[in-house]
Amino acid sequence: MLIAIFALAALGAALGMLLGVANRLLRVEGNPIVEELVAIMPGSNCGQCGFPGCTGAAEAIVDGSAAPTCCPPGGKALAAAIAAKLGLTLDLTAIRDEGPKIATVAEELCIGCCRCSKVCPTDAIIGAAKQIHNVMREACTGCSSCIETCPTEALVMKPVPVTLQHWVMPKPALA
Amino acid sequence: MDIGKFLRKLSGKDWGVHPDDHKRPAADARVRALPIPPRVHLMLSQHVGAPSRPVVLIGQKVLKGELIAAAQGNISAPLHASTSGVVSAIGEIAAPHPSGLSGMAITIDTDGEDKWIDCDPVADPFALSAEEIARRVADAGVVGLGGATFPSSVKLNLGRRSSIDTLIINGSECEPYLSCDERLMRDRTDDIVAGIRLMLISTGAKQARVGIEDNKPAAIAAMRAATSGHAEIEVVSVPARYPMGSDRQLIIELTGREVPADARAADVGVIVHNVGTAYAIQQAVCLGRPLVSRLMTLNGAAAAAPGNYEVVLGTLISELVAFTGGTRGEPAKLVMGGPMMGMRLPHMQIPVVKGTSGVLLLDGYEAADSEPDPCIRCGSCVKACPMGLLPLEMAARIRNDALTDAVDLGLKDCIACGCCAWVCPSRIPLVQYFVHAKGELSSQDRAKLRNDATRKLAQQRQERLEREAREKLEAAARRKAERAAQAAAAAEAKAQTKTASVTEGESA
Ligand code: SF4
Ligand code: SF4
Ligand code: SF4
Repeated sequence: MLIAIFALAALGAALGMLLGVANRLLRVEGNPIVEELVAIMPGSNCGQCGFPGCTGAAEAIVDGSAAPTCCPPGGKALAAAIAAKLGLTLDLTAIRDEGPKIATVAEELCIGCCRCSKVCPTDAIIGAAKQIHNVMREACTGCSSCIETCPTEALVMKPVPVTLQHWVMPKPALA
Repeated sequence: MDIGKFLRKLSGKDWGVHPDDHKRPAADARVRALPIPPRVHLMLSQHVGAPSRPVVLIGQKVLKGELIAAAQGNISAPLHASTSGVVSAIGEIAAPHPSGLSGMAITIDTDGEDKWIDCDPVADPFALSAEEIARRVADAGVVGLGGATFPSSVKLNLGRRSSIDTLIINGSECEPYLSCDERLMRDRTDDIVAGIRLMLISTGAKQARVGIEDNKPAAIAAMRAATSGHAEIEVVSVPARYPMGSDRQLIIELTGREVPADARAADVGVIVHNVGTAYAIQQAVCLGRPLVSRLMTLNGAAAAAPGNYEVVLGTLISELVAFTGGTRGEPAKLVMGGPMMGMRLPHMQIPVVKGTSGVLLLDGYEAADSEPDPCIRCGSCVKACPMGLLPLEMAARIRNDALTDAVDLGLKDCIACGCCAWVCPSRIPLVQYFVHAKGELSSQDRAKLRNDATRKLAQQRQERLEREAREKLEAAARRKAERAAQAAAAAEAKAQTKTASVTEGESA
């Protein structure tokens, strides 16, 4: 009995020390700025920026290989926030923000195959098998991941309709 | 520069502008009631806050004053049928909004009888409790009629919660062209005074001050005469200057208290209501009548019969213009509200709402629409700004989309009064820059909130997928273990039977 306890304790201590050493020597450099950027990005890992997920894009933005404007779902607002974090001056007039878009299902085409709801990174698409699916407007980030998966082309990206509450007075034309 | 102006300058009170007021002859014309139009369109969102929720069905008969849409949430107001008739549609119609977009409205085909629902008048309204007054005001759908359209009962209740000592009644009507408040003060003086007394009870304030610009001597005289028996109500003549009717300016003028940039009027013990609101409150509390009509001004050089009209809510502007004899020539600009802060409307098929103080049909000369020139840095806008901001600097930042810089310069304090644009010799649409920037900032805020919400959703999905994978693995492991246990048990049973048979064999 005693021998067993000693043996296990010794084993635990040795392994613990090994882990500690490994943690020191083989440390993965986490860049705090990257983490901060990831925190403000959409987090849906949709890949529209051309990087594998939001973390990849954040790293690229920090090391300068990608522009702060590379995230389409984030739009102007995100670009401005990133530029402010990194202290960059950004010519926001240059980025073409056609306004946010969201996916919509054409009811008459949907066959209820459930492929779209499986890929949606924010679970914005709801519907049961063989039932018409629908996109919840508030949850859709406009990442377009679902468009490709639909076998009947029932899913299309449409601009978010402008409502009285969301309308913004246009900027005066330049003199 | 005369002595008075010099002294004002010294005391730092030289803000604002002095546009021609254009109030007469419209203000002196007798008030006329507009006949009931064949159809009224009542917008579900004619107040600050959540739109009201329809409680009638298409085809339902309604009487004047009947509830047709209920308030939704804490800051909202109910809506009542503005005349009797049949509900014929609930759908989108062109909204009184600078965007020209449409909004939800209830349409009533009127029957021309204009029959009131049974109201519930009170014999002695001044014996009601503060809560009861606020409740009746809320049920009547009364909102701030000066143009802000904030639900009045919310403000009355706020008054009781935060210790208010002074109630300010805004009768300044500083916007040029408009005179509906002046007419109201001259024609329905006693009702307004009763409304003010009810508001005093309801807010718990000890005194009321009514500020009226000195270009309305008849209104001042009438109000003074009507309040002579009420020591707690004082009528003060204030100098005519735009924007005297802005809350902050009027509070300084009447109480000498300055409201800090990030505070509200209630924080300095003051609450401001418009005279039109006082009248509506009197109607609601004493007579039990909901807000279903209002007095509004029709004015401008292209208006055939400038004057003030009693109009039921939901009347199309085109009906009003047609009734008053059409237009004099083609109006160059159609404005709802005053020329300084009103909104330009794209056409006349737009209904009157609770906040409509007037409709202006401006001709080409008054509209003065011309291309802006570059800023010459004359500083006129800085001098005119009542909030002490730097309009030219803010506009320059906004032009380059540097919105945060504009906020640092005080963009959030801008009340969009229009003084800066009015004085600007280069006719730069300064206010449009500021309104645009504020809208853009709030849409960025909304985007950020949305972003946070969707990020949480993505995380939850990730966690769910991981949990599902883990559970699958565990289930597989469990099944494997079960199978192994079963196999072991079977093997053991077999072995046992074997040994048993062996022993049996042995014993046999
Ligand atoms: S992938 Fe297309 S067809 Fe399948 S459920 Fe989604 S919308 Fe319907
Ligand atoms: S900056 Fe705003 S508050 Fe100042 S004058 Fe212009 S509109 Fe009025
Ligand atoms: S009033 Fe017009 S021209 Fe003069 S400084 Fe202001 S923006 Fe420039």
